[in-house]
Amino acid sequence: MYGFGLAKGLMVTLKNFIRPPFTIQYPEERIPQHPRFRGEEFAWYEERCTGCASCAKYCPLGIIKIVTSEGGRSPQEGGHYDIDVFDIDIGRCMFCGLCVEACPYDALFMGSGFERGRYERQDLVITVDELREAVKKPSTWFRPQLEDSGYDPHKDSALDWRAVGREKWEWHQREKAGARIKFRPARVGDKTQEGDGEARS
Amino acid sequence: MTPFLQENVVFREVYCFLGGNEGNASWCGGDGLLPGGFEWAAYFAAGFVIMFILVNAALLGAAVFVWSERRLLARFQARRGPNRWGPWGIFQPIADLLKLIIKEDIVPNAADRLAFTLVPIIMLMALLLSLAVMPFARNTYLVNLNVGILYIIAVSSMSTIAIFMAGWSSANKYAMFGAMRGVAMLISYEIPLVLSLVGVVLIVGSMSLVSVVEAQTVPFLLVQPLGALVFMLGISAELNRTPFDILEAESEIIAGYHTEYSGIKFALIQAAEMAGVLAASGFLATIFMGGWSGPFWSGQLGAFWFLVKLAGFVMLFIWIRATFPRLRIDQIMAFAWKFLLPLALINFLVTAVQVYFFGFYQGDVPGELTRNELWIMAAINIPVALIAIGIFGRFSREKVRVPEPVFQNIAPSPRTMEVD
Ligand code: SF4
Ligand code: SF4
Repeated sequence: MYGFGLAKGLMVTLKNFIRPPFTIQYPEERIPQHPRFRGEEFAWYEERCTGCASCAKYCPLGIIKIVTSEGGRSPQEGGHYDIDVFDIDIGRCMFCGLCVEACPYDALFMGSGFERGRYERQDLVITVDELREAVKKPSTWFRPQLEDSGYDPHKDSALDWRAVGREKWEWHQREKAGARIKFRPARVGDKTQEGDGEARS
Repeated sequence: MTPFLQENVVFREVYCFLGGNEGNASWCGGDGLLPGGFEWAAYFAAGFVIMFILVNAALLGAAVFVWSERRLLARFQARRGPNRWGPWGIFQPIADLLKLIIKEDIVPNAADRLAFTLVPIIMLMALLLSLAVMPFARNTYLVNLNVGILYIIAVSSMSTIAIFMAGWSSANKYAMFGAMRGVAMLISYEIPLVLSLVGVVLIVGSMSLVSVVEAQTVPFLLVQPLGALVFMLGISAELNRTPFDILEAESEIIAGYHTEYSGIKFALIQAAEMAGVLAASGFLATIFMGGWSGPFWSGQLGAFWFLVKLAGFVMLFIWIRATFPRLRIDQIMAFAWKFLLPLALINFLVTAVQVYFFGFYQGDVPGELTRNELWIMAAINIPVALIAIGIFGRFSREKVRVPEPVFQNIAPSPRTMEVD
């Protein structure tokens, strides 16, 4: 029958008509983000950072600028460099995350935000003070230990520097205190991070 | 004093309040405010009041229609539509209009200034003129013309001239394309459009829209299914609505005939188009759905019933626009000439035979078809419509023949070319 296809087309639009709209009203509601979302406002933990500047060297765009000065104590005594400048020019950042991959001390994490619109380019540079004061909700990208703990930066609260590392913080303390570490590669069925008995040996 | 105007409630009230029984107007209750010899002022004031109401109603209606169309189109596409300005975005058309008013009003250098400027006025005028015969409720019409249907068709084809003026005077090739397409299409659709209404005129025995409404003991949508279909499709072509919007096809010729228009002129053209849909829905409701008459209280709630039916047809127009893609010009022409025209002719013929059979014309005096006779006609016409659509649908359907590929050696290919 002629016109049957037309009627079918009308039915398709009618079906859409009674469906709830897909639109997300942006300023009021947001699309749920994945916890591994690589966003802005890097989460940087000064307590963990040694000032090694690996992140600056690995950045393909060279947009991280780090200036350090010697702290009071020598590294052997447990001291580290003071970070004077830690600028990330986020206007040119492409969120590749190589800086996070490069950081050996779990001090730098990708952020979880995406709303850093500014009127001037200069304002897009994240300074060290900003990094210090930021509410740190690290993305779990490239940090499996965070992901395993079930942390979701979009729902959970900000994390302290003690909570984000690959190992428990006490582990490091004991290592510095001279504990001998027997390295044992992880096996399937290992309980992750359960006690630090095997680490102390 | 024309005899038509005194039937209008608003006109009579204003006129009698001001002018009263002066002059040759003997139908007012008593004396009016103005002294004798000033009937012309009362006449002018009454006319102005009516014009004011009608123009504002048409433009406000266009604004509401713009809003509802955007909202509904969005819903048809599972979006939300404008919802920032006011509750449910109801003030969006006002924001649009404000924006358009403060835009620069550009007239191209090469344009024919006079024709260019006249176009929005003519388009809006054609629309407002067609509202003059529309019965909004019982006794609420401007004029009860005895040639109402003819008048609508004549006035609504004026927009064809306006479109061509727009295209020609813009001195822009895209505007010209749009105008040429428009003229070709609109003139073709005019013919089935007129023929589709002949059946109604035959049944009613009058062209006055008021008597059309009064004769509808059965909605003419059932008695004249073919006529209603052809009229609906034809009028949506006249309105340049989406399946037929080749004259402003955005993806092909920028904006068609109104490419060069901006600012308030563009706003007027849009207002005329949008209010045109309202007017077309109103005429569909009047001619095929019984206008102001409803299941109960058609005297008191006449305007309400009319608005309900109008809203239903507007919804249908929006639904069609949300669904169908734009047709090609040859498809549109084939649709008009191979599908709509035969359908309109069949409708005409069948209705004529029926009307003759039911002894409508006894001697020279037209009679009234009773309700039962109308139901019998409906029972005959609906199967006739289905069969006719089935038959003529085949003719207008395009048969796609893939041409046989022809291989030709136009030049020797480089591989076989001999090198001296
Ligand atoms: S995410 Fe990539 S581009 Fe951005 S700072 Fe890190 S390494 Fe550089
Ligand atoms: S790589 Fe890590 S530890 Fe080294 S400077 Fe960058 S953030 Fe600090």
